[in-house]
Amino acid sequence: MIIELEHIEKTYGSGASQVPVLHDVNMQVKEGEYIAIMGPSGSGKSTLMNILGYLDTPTSGTYRFDGEDNARAGDARMAAIRNKKIGFVFQSFHLMQRRRAWENVALPLLYGNVRRSERRARAEEALRQVGLEDRISFYPNQLSGGQCQRVAIARAICTRPKLLLADEPTGALDSKAGQQIMDIFDELHAQGMTIVMITHEHAVAARARKILYIYDGWLKEEERL
Amino acid sequence: MLENFREAFDGIWSHKLRSALTMLGIIIGIASIIAISSTIMGTNEQIKQNLVGAGNNTVEVGLYQGDYLLDPTYQQVPEYVTPLDGSILAEINKIKEVKDASLFNRRDAYGMIWYGTEGLNQGSVYGVDEHFMSVNGFVIRSGRAFLPEDFARFRKVALIDRTVSETLFMGANPINKTIEIASEPYVVVGEFTQNSAFTPTITSINDYFTYTDHSGGKVLIPATTWPTLFGYDQPSSVVVRAGSTDEMTEAGKQTAAILNKTLSGSGDVTYKSKDLLEQAKKLQELSSATNRQLIWIASISLLVGGIGVMNIMLVSVTERTPEIGLKKALGARKRKISAQFLTEAGVLTCIGGILGVLVGVGLAYVVSRVSGVPIFISWYIVAATVVFSFVVGLFFGAVPAVQAARLNPIDALRRE
Repeated sequence: MIIELEHIEKTYGSGASQVPVLHDVNMQVKEGEYIAIMGPSGSGKSTLMNILGYLDTPTSGTYRFDGEDNARAGDARMAAIRNKKIGFVFQSFHLMQRRRAWENVALPLLYGNVRRSERRARAEEALRQVGLEDRISFYPNQLSGGQCQRVAIARAICTRPKLLLADEPTGALDSKAGQQIMDIFDELHAQGMTIVMITHEHAVAARARKILYIYDGWLKEEERL
Repeated sequence: MLENFREAFDGIWSHKLRSALTMLGIIIGIASIIAISSTIMGTNEQIKQNLVGAGNNTVEVGLYQGDYLLDPTYQQVPEYVTPLDGSILAEINKIKEVKDASLFNRRDAYGMIWYGTEGLNQGSVYGVDEHFMSVNGFVIRSGRAFLPEDFARFRKVALIDRTVSETLFMGANPINKTIEIASEPYVVVGEFTQNSAFTPTITSINDYFTYTDHSGGKVLIPATTWPTLFGYDQPSSVVVRAGSTDEMTEAGKQTAAILNKTLSGSGDVTYKSKDLLEQAKKLQELSSATNRQLIWIASISLLVGGIGVMNIMLVSVTERTPEIGLKKALGARKRKISAQFLTEAGVLTCIGGILGVLVGVGLAYVVSRVSGVPIFISWYIVAATVVFSFVVGLFFGAVPAVQAARLNPIDALRRE
């Protein structure tokens, strides 16, 4: 079991201005699963995502990731988990404009203290996986939106993480580029990658093997496909 | 680490104008410190040169009554002063700081030297040995120097300097003319001058009185002929050349100590060195003290520059919030984020420091051209100011760096 959430609550603010965001969320993700989380904006799906990715901590409840409860872990440990075990893909790519494609991909390896020669090799390998072997030394502004997102995916997978977290990965792309991105996710899933993806597009969610819906902070139902 | 520097240069380069303006405070601060310190040290060097002379490093040790040189023309020489002979030089030459030494007699030349009806009313007559010219750094301009035979055969020959030549001969060639020294005829065989044409830099009336040579002209005769004019029991002085300017004080003191051992009694007349270096140091302290205040004022502009750096770094943190968020998401530790901003601040001020040094050196050059004070850049100070500017960057970069490290990754990523 990669992800186990038990009675997760998340509240922002304090005192009278408390805003509850997540209510009693329970969820399990097995290794190799491909899950989509759907919900309207403000439903709490991004918060859930941040908690899953150790970018945020729950107010209460237990989150076990890869069998470990890291609720009391410090900055160094959390950073190491994000670095080694989780790959992030964001809606707006978040590429460094002044870095070449392979340098962007190698960034997490830099934080993981991987040797320089190996960084380049692994970045190139990841770029090959997303079909950008001919764009290795391009800068982001020389690439299309779809290519940028593929670079971002390469960056997420080059550390060989246990979990790939994607937040609206096709939100900023046209449908054709979106299709390509979804094909890459399918391929990664076929290779055994565990994927959790947030989206509000049904067509995108339909690619996943399981869809969870979230409304007003309640994780409503699971729909098996 | 390398990556930090790369990002720092990237950050600075991508905002050229902003970075330049931020550096301006640091540049001005460092430049003024360099310019002021150069002026202080230049002034000190000038004082030293004016008093001590350029590269000559000679120290005179003579008989003093209290603080004044004793002149046998006007004053009684005490009984306990025994005449010196050349053998004392061997002992003086053993002093580590002494490179060369010469024994000589001297008297005020007033009313004593004539050429026809032209008399010398200012200056001194010296009875010198073979070393005198070389120890003092005198060279022959025209005619010839003393020969060994001049000494051995008691020849009545004289060397004169330019002042004497102009006073007595008024531009005419003095060589082979006969002058009268203490009623004895002497033949001028040569004119001499200081080997390095050194003239003190005079910028005020005080400088004039402090540095200008008021001793008038010099007439040299072989020491062997001196007794004929003034008798055998004349007190002598010694002039020594030290290995370096800084050794002058020691060379003078040691020589005086050796000479004082020849005194057969004690009184207020003793051998002393005319210590110009010591005198120079006193003057230097005076001039440094006033200028040192200026360095503190210059440091304030460095402080203001540092605050400017902090301000810009805070803006930069806000601006780069999404980037910081991304790095955190990718596994950068807080330490890594703060190190990046610290490096950027440090590099920024360090570049400012280097530019400041360049501007400061230029400024010092201008000051030197305008005021005539020699330029004097100490590489120790240059290195210290560049390091200091780097430290200023680290100090004022600390607050923005900590703020960046504290950013919550989700907040940071959300802001677009």
